Amino acid sequence: MNDPAISIALVGSGGSGVMTAGSLLLEAAGRAGLYGMMSRSSGPQIRGGEAAALLRISTRPVFCLGNRFDFLVAIDWANAERFAAEIPLDTESTIVGDDDIPDEFSASGATFKEVSFKRLAAQSAGLRPNMIALGLIGSAIGLPPGELEAVAKKLLDHKGKATVEASVSALSIGAATLDGLKTIDIKTESVAELWNISGNEAAGLGAVRGGVRFVAAYPITPATEMLEWLAPALEKIGGTLVQAEDELASVNQLIGASFGGTPSLTATSGPGLALMTESIGLAVASETPVVVVNVMRGGPSTGIPTKSEQSDLNIALYGLHGDAPHLVVAPLSVSDCLFSAQWAVHLAETLQTAAIVLSDQSLAQTRAVIPRPVDVFFGARRAVQTEAWEDYERYATVPGGVSPMALPGLTGCQYTADGLEHNTQGTPSSRVEDHARQLDKRRDKLALHDYGDHWAHIDGNGPMAIITWGSSLAPVEEAVETLAPEGIALRVIAPRLLMPVQPERMAAALEGVETALVVEQSHGGQFFHYIRAFYAPECELHSMARPGPLPIRPADVTHAIREQWRGS
Amino acid sequence: MERVVTSGAATEVTLKPKDYKSDIKPVWCPGCGDFSVLAAITRALAALKVAPENVAVISGIGCSSRIPAYLDTYGFHGAHGRALPLATGLKISRPDLCVLVAGGDGDGFSIGGNHFLQVCRRNVDITYIVMDNQVYGMTKGQASPTTEPDWDRSKLTPHGTRINAFYPLVVALASGANFIARASSSDPNGAAKVIGEAIGHPGFSFVQVLSPCVTFRPEQRDWKKIVRPAPIEATTDPAAAARRLMTDDNFYLGVLYKGNRAPFEPDSAGQPSTEQELEEEFKV
Ligand SMILES: Cc1ncc(C[n+]2csc(CCOP(=O)(O)OP(=O)(O)O)c2C)c(N)n1
Ligand code: SF4
Repeated sequence: MNDPAISIALVGSGGSGVMTAGSLLLEAAGRAGLYGMMSRSSGPQIRGGEAAALLRISTRPVFCLGNRFDFLVAIDWANAERFAAEIPLDTESTIVGDDDIPDEFSASGATFKEVSFKRLAAQSAGLRPNMIALGLIGSAIGLPPGELEAVAKKLLDHKGKATVEASVSALSIGAATLDGLKTIDIKTESVAELWNISGNEAAGLGAVRGGVRFVAAYPITPATEMLEWLAPALEKIGGTLVQAEDELASVNQLIGASFGGTPSLTATSGPGLALMTESIGLAVASETPVVVVNVMRGGPSTGIPTKSEQSDLNIALYGLHGDAPHLVVAPLSVSDCLFSAQWAVHLAETLQTAAIVLSDQSLAQTRAVIPRPVDVFFGARRAVQTEAWEDYERYATVPGGVSPMALPGLTGCQYTADGLEHNTQGTPSSRVEDHARQLDKRRDKLALHDYGDHWAHIDGNGPMAIITWGSSLAPVEEAVETLAPEGIALRVIAPRLLMPVQPERMAAALEGVETALVVEQSHGGQFFHYIRAFYAPECELHSMARPGPLPIRPADVTHAIREQWRGS
Repeated sequence: MERVVTSGAATEVTLKPKDYKSDIKPVWCPGCGDFSVLAAITRALAALKVAPENVAVISGIGCSSRIPAYLDTYGFHGAHGRALPLATGLKISRPDLCVLVAGGDGDGFSIGGNHFLQVCRRNVDITYIVMDNQVYGMTKGQASPTTEPDWDRSKLTPHGTRINAFYPLVVALASGANFIARASSSDPNGAAKVIGEAIGHPGFSFVQVLSPCVTFRPEQRDWKKIVRPAPIEATTDPAAAARRLMTDDNFYLGVLYKGNRAPFEPDSAGQPSTEQELEEEFKV
């Protein structure tokens, strides 16, 4: 196998410390100069349910879970069978845990190594089974023991010396249990600065870098962590986060703050986005910049709140009433959550409109060790009227469509922002010419803007292409890499900018393509229909659309491609 | 004219009430109570000597919600029922402004009802003027939350709503509003005085203005004969205010409650940091 990555699943009941062990393993790997990611899966209980930490650690950056797991480590087996579909094992895999292993896992033919973490922990006071498991797996994959100790110390320092010592001895007990286990050594190589960050945190940092200083929001899974990161961060840099009474309020608070001149953003998920749509239309009509980060989860309705799906594409694209041109931006990886959020703020501010950022649970709640994202800087900001002007017209039709906004406090430029159709001054009007003029203005300012190369990630060439978006890009890229040695060359096109559409750029990207496969995580093929409707590619177009909650794995894509191009 | 913007209410200018009016002609029916409310607001602003550019008037949708465009201040005519959160976001991020919210009883107590409760609780320093005509004027005469249960003149509810009317002042008190008053469009000077006092009072101030819809509730023209000043001074005691409001016949005018809760202030860190410092936590 030329795949340098190791996949590890840690499972256990609530309170067994699975997530802590997983996070520490990831952090220690990062300290050892490795890349990695960890996604979390948990049962339906609010607290105390079974949990799984799904990790992948590699010498190269990794952005999606692999096709299979090398290790399944069970601190205990309580309800662990519920994760069977999420943790594919095979005869090359190793299972570590108590001997009451559920059939769902033993049927895989994986090697089983009996270890009772509970019994090992009972040896002396203060030993925690999860720390023993961490010591075991860390040593199994060849992490330097010093790094594991260092991260455990960092976490437990505030709990006192005894706790730290107990955890260090737990780690070494775990490491000593290794005998007979299949160890895979990872050659560590030193790399530049590494970050350990989740998609939600990255989007939060991107928002702040974009200039956001006001956030109002109503908690919702899986967007809440972005707000939890933003609340103290904004406080530190002189901004504000308000917990609003609902999403109707939060989006309107943004509009108010933005009207006053403060770049504003909220984070939500499908049900919240649905509540916001009327007022996102108000932001569009009144030309008030706002950014809504929608972290997608399984839908419709309450759906599957803790699992990922790319099924809010339609509501983001088409959910507003009337002709309401707006921006839809989709991050392509955990680290791209930073860039995409920052870019969306920049675009919304520059174009004085609403931007929806379509993140998803698998990006947002995945923690990844990645190279420090490069700094980007966008010079342009909101066009603001800076001096009194007798003939000031808020909604003047100007070349480019973006008319300067007067902020309250500026003498002589008082106007009323309006969601009612208006004339250039903002006075309500239902006249044919006024409606046409303002519709054109709102469309043209978005259409005329140059989005540059940021509009999409494009890679490779040849007559076969995969068109994908968001979190589906990572498994697609891995599949492409897997197929390359077989002589299957694939072009990958993943738009980051979903609205406004970029027909000329897409046509150029598709130049010479004869067959394309559209890969997405939705049941209805929302992205496939979007590609067909707006880009009408002349090539043969196929759809690989699969709903959540299971992630799309590289092997799913490889399989679909082999099926598709078996003949060619 | 050079003006330094400090606090919306603190920047003094000497203007006439009409200087606060825009030159847009209202869409209202002749005789609509809202004309007087517009006049009362301009008088209050002139008396407070607040500069028009430091005032923002926020509204939702309805006949009454058209009011921002008729004022020469900044304004936002937003979505039905959502004026209060919009104003909340504006005031929190721009505490220097004088922020007023104006609209109807349907906008404020029906579609926007939850925001009314929450904004009373939050106690942001804004003033909310509801032109209560106990009907949806804009959509041509349906029952609103403040409509009497037996009002049967709407085709939608030909037998009356048969649900209890909503008592906004009582709800405002129970929810934590810091200033509660009633005025009448039949007495624009009295209304101006009450609105001025509401603006000057810290925290969330609520002013119900009885403002007849002469088109769909012509009988409300008689309100001017019933309204009268409240017999006693405003109280600062919520218990006394509760007793008074619960026994009120909805036609006593004046300031009824003045609380002394400190207005909402967003949290701020003692030691400001930079965007760069925020990245530290991510470094492995
Ligand atoms: C979401 C939404 N639903 C319904 C309407 C229709 N609508 C406009 S104004 C209004 C009622 C206004 O009544 P009120 O707030 O009492 O104001 P008035 O017209 O009496 O001044 C309604 C139902 C709307 N604009 N938006
Ligand atoms: S319908 Fe009623 S509330 Fe509306 S403008 Fe006419 S009188 Fe005023």
